[in-house]
Amino acid sequence: MTAESSTGKALPEPTPITRPYWDALKAHELQLQHCEACGQYTFYPRLRCEHCGKDALKWTPVSGRGTLHSYIINHVAPPGWEQDVPYVVAVVKLEEGPRMLSNLRGVPPDPELLKLDMPLQVAFVPRGDMVLTVFEPLQLKGSQA
Amino acid sequence: MNHQPIAIVGAAETELGALPHLSELDLRADAAYRALADAGLEVKDIDGIATAVEPPNDMAHMLGITPSWYDGTSVGGCSFLVHVAHAAAAIRQGKCKNVLVIHGESGRSRVGFRPARQRPPHSMSGQFEVPYGVHTAANMFTLPVMRFMKDTGTTHEHLAHVPVAQSHWSLDNPRASRRRLLSVDDVMASPFIAYPFHKLECCVVTDGGGALVITSADRARDLRRSKNPVYVLGSGEASDSACISMMDDMSSSKAFRLSSRAAFKEAGIKHSDVDHLMIYDAFAHLPLFGLEDLGFVGRGEAGDFIAEGNTRPGGRLPMNTNGGGLLYTHTGMYGMFAIQEAVRQLRGEAFRQVENVRTSVVQGVGGMFTAAATLVLGNQQP
Ligand SMILES: [Zn+2]
Repeated sequence: MTAESSTGKALPEPTPITRPYWDALKAHELQLQHCEACGQYTFYPRLRCEHCGKDALKWTPVSGRGTLHSYIINHVAPPGWEQDVPYVVAVVKLEEGPRMLSNLRGVPPDPELLKLDMPLQVAFVPRGDMVLTVFEPLQLKGSQA
Repeated sequence: MNHQPIAIVGAAETELGALPHLSELDLRADAAYRALADAGLEVKDIDGIATAVEPPNDMAHMLGITPSWYDGTSVGGCSFLVHVAHAAAAIRQGKCKNVLVIHGESGRSRVGFRPARQRPPHSMSGQFEVPYGVHTAANMFTLPVMRFMKDTGTTHEHLAHVPVAQSHWSLDNPRASRRRLLSVDDVMASPFIAYPFHKLECCVVTDGGGALVITSADRARDLRRSKNPVYVLGSGEASDSACISMMDDMSSSKAFRLSSRAAFKEAGIKHSDVDHLMIYDAFAHLPLFGLEDLGFVGRGEAGDFIAEGNTRPGGRLPMNTNGGGLLYTHTGMYGMFAIQEAVRQLRGEAFRQVENVRTSVVQGVGGMFTAAATLVLGNQQP
């Protein structure tokens, strides 16, 4: 797969509430907000818990393990993605509960190989001065290690 | 609660297709004047205005309207269904008498174009979705379908049958962008836009507009459309996640379920009362979600229901009878055109008219599953 280009692709712009998430990715760690009142995880980052409304969210490292919940294989490139098509946009269901959007690495964009609910593991890719998530099939990751 | 009956007494569309000589504002104005002419009213008769994206005040000033009530609810393509519901409530409250609901969008030519839903890099979608290579409806709105297909047993052929069924309605309609009969093979042979979606499973991209005039049923009796007013029998609105990946359930729309339940309840109707159905179809999966989430079929049954011809001409639940956003027109915010087709069917003036339509349901969606709204319309005095 082509290297992530720092030119042309959209970059996220953190806000004060979301900045800890992005700072953790820079340290190659996936963190989510965990509610100390109701025990549930929240994503995207919020001021208070979406489940119970309490002011009890604490940034917590999570496993980085998830499953392929849904996906599309994009054939029409957004700006900066011209060299990447076709590529996979994946909805990943994290072990801790929340879902997040990401891309896949280490597996071709082939429906035969993209089995829903297959286990995935987070990895990290730089873009500009930010770091974004990417997910890899879990077995592949293990065999490389 | 005041249940004074409310009626749609003016409804019109602009020309559709490629209209590079008209800006977005011009399309809105053109739609407004056409709807006023249909109602037999003039600008001076209007005291309420609703439109999305553009502030309603700006639009009112352009048309020469001094409103005593306005609504700028902008929740994507179902905004206009919401406007109808809010207008009905405002008229019942005595805030205004005659309301214009206006849509116009240069979705294809992009003349004076103002994006309906921006995703700046600090927004939730701008931070957590857009950087992963999704930027248009075609590669974002489509994301839930693989989950839906696995959970419901829906196949690629089922998906292709959606535009096929709707092509029976748009066939030979000179106002439709796609007007030839399609086969499943035609759909499957068209290029992939975002797997599993082929080009013919994605809406056409057009310029165009439409507008409605809404008033009390009492006043409707004195107007040009006194013989065929369309009554607003029920409405509902609902919302879901700002990020499609975090919608409540990717195989079922919470917003569809809640908005339709509210509208059916307010109208006091059952599914068997519905003669005609419009389900906002920016992409081929939406009628499948819609039929299941609105309860017209059971879980996993929508694909077969459409493939077996139930929604085609002569079928027991005529659906998307203008050809829908997939074949008729789609400016970016399609909801206005779904309402327009329901009005035409209830008036007996549709290009492919369904016989004996008394009750029509219009299901809208906006912001890629962020919002939904439902209208129950009828041609019998409630
Ligand atoms: Zn909580």
